[in-house]
Amino acid sequence: MINLKVAELLEAKFPGSIVQLEEPSDQFIQLNPDQWQNIAKYLLETPDLLFDSLQCITGVDLDEETLESRYNLHSMTHFHKIEVRISTSKDDPKIPSVETIWRIADWFEREVYDMYGIIFEGHRDLRRMLLPEDWEGWPLRKDYETPQEYHGMVVPKVKNV
Amino acid sequence: MSVLRGEEMILNIGPQHPSTHGVLRLKVKTDGEIVSEITPVIGYLHRCFEKHCENITYEQVIPYTDRCDYIAAMNNNFGYVIAVEEMMDIQVPERVEYIRVIMAELNRIASHLLALGTYGLDIGAFTPFLYMFRDRERILDLFETVCGARLLYNYMWVGGVSHDLPVGFVEATYKFLDHFEPQIDEYNNLLMYNKIFIERTADVGVLPVDVAINYGVTGPNLRGSGLKWDIRKNEPYSIYDRFDFDIPLGEGIVGSVGDCWDRYWVRTQEMRESAKIVRQALKQLPAEGDIHEAIPRKIRPPKGSIYKRTESPRGDLGYYIMSDGKPKPLRVKMRSPAFTAMSVLDEISRGWMLSDVLAILGSLDIVLGEIDR
Repeated sequence: MINLKVAELLEAKFPGSIVQLEEPSDQFIQLNPDQWQNIAKYLLETPDLLFDSLQCITGVDLDEETLESRYNLHSMTHFHKIEVRISTSKDDPKIPSVETIWRIADWFEREVYDMYGIIFEGHRDLRRMLLPEDWEGWPLRKDYETPQEYHGMVVPKVKNV
Repeated sequence: MSVLRGEEMILNIGPQHPSTHGVLRLKVKTDGEIVSEITPVIGYLHRCFEKHCENITYEQVIPYTDRCDYIAAMNNNFGYVIAVEEMMDIQVPERVEYIRVIMAELNRIASHLLALGTYGLDIGAFTPFLYMFRDRERILDLFETVCGARLLYNYMWVGGVSHDLPVGFVEATYKFLDHFEPQIDEYNNLLMYNKIFIERTADVGVLPVDVAINYGVTGPNLRGSGLKWDIRKNEPYSIYDRFDFDIPLGEGIVGSVGDCWDRYWVRTQEMRESAKIVRQALKQLPAEGDIHEAIPRKIRPPKGSIYKRTESPRGDLGYYIMSDGKPKPLRVKMRSPAFTAMSVLDEISRGWMLSDVLAILGSLDIVLGEIDR
């Protein structure tokens, strides 16, 4: 129930920030990207919420047009947790960064950028995290094609079972 | 006399360096001996775990989780299988639950032993390393009798475990615990209360609790800073609510709360608690039960996603699994505790000497396989 409750609070405080779904879910909160930084600050600082721990940021390639970034938040004081989802288009993937609000988002966002190419606007040091700096493409997108070679090293063909 | 020209220097530690516990490169900005900034460069061990998972079936993912954190492979199996089980709503037999807890806690002891031993090595104490490897060896021998493997087990399956306990396992484990528990005091005398060790670690690299939470640091590192947070207690999974154990905290016995010494103190105490859990589990272990009973014929979780976390020896190990009802997962994301612990290194190392940086790095107990995945 906590997801629905927080969604109600957010709708009252930041009108228009919640994406209205056909079937409201108790599993997650779907947000528009525009006010994400303010909402994040609100989630962290409001005494009843106090989501001080950002557990995980998961990038997801949903379909042909959409990428999604999913945030699992947890409160070390109230022991409750929510999941926030923010969608963005594949052509111009941009989501505001929350790196200054939860410091761990720095590395998590870099990893999502590395794998999906989502630009986290306002991130102070958005570089590739796990892959080499000169790698091309976004490997975890479903339409990614493995390169034939990298710096003259031939990539062995893997049979799909 | 001309004025000495001082300027900052960039020093590379690694990728090949014995104190980096794997292949890790640290770009350290130093002013003389004093460190002003550290930029960790990771990814040398990246094996595309998450990409592979999208092209293989659910059960084939399990061996890959072994290879992420190869020091505590049982715990990594554990987190993954209970996440898939929760998606599919599978109840595993009692005996399987107990076997899993016994394995996970033994692996926790083995992991902490390795962490302690190599930490001693990092800061110049060679002898404890041999002691701790001797005992870790006995745990690996136990695992070998159970599943044939010593490092990468692929032991826990969705709905069960691969092999039942062999004849004599319970007695052998009791024998090991009887030998091991008094040893913890010896280790404390040998390493933790050693004057040189204390000088190197007490008051060094203090991690305040709010910084730890903000950086997502969990597990013994967070408890070393004095916050009572353990998923086995706060959000019990499997059958952890049936056992009686304490959560050791850093108390600043020789320095201040949250220093390197405290992080290691928590680990030694945790070994004692794990031994306690293993004893209780062995005592309650049901004699009968088919361990393969609940293994599903087809693993096809219903459409949806789950974020499930468990307590691995390094902290909150989370799996985000997305399913579209097909035999292969749509997405598997691993939230590794060592990854978050690594990110705080820069923050707590600033202003310390270069030699302290290695003490701080070692105290975070990172496993590069898990950071790079």
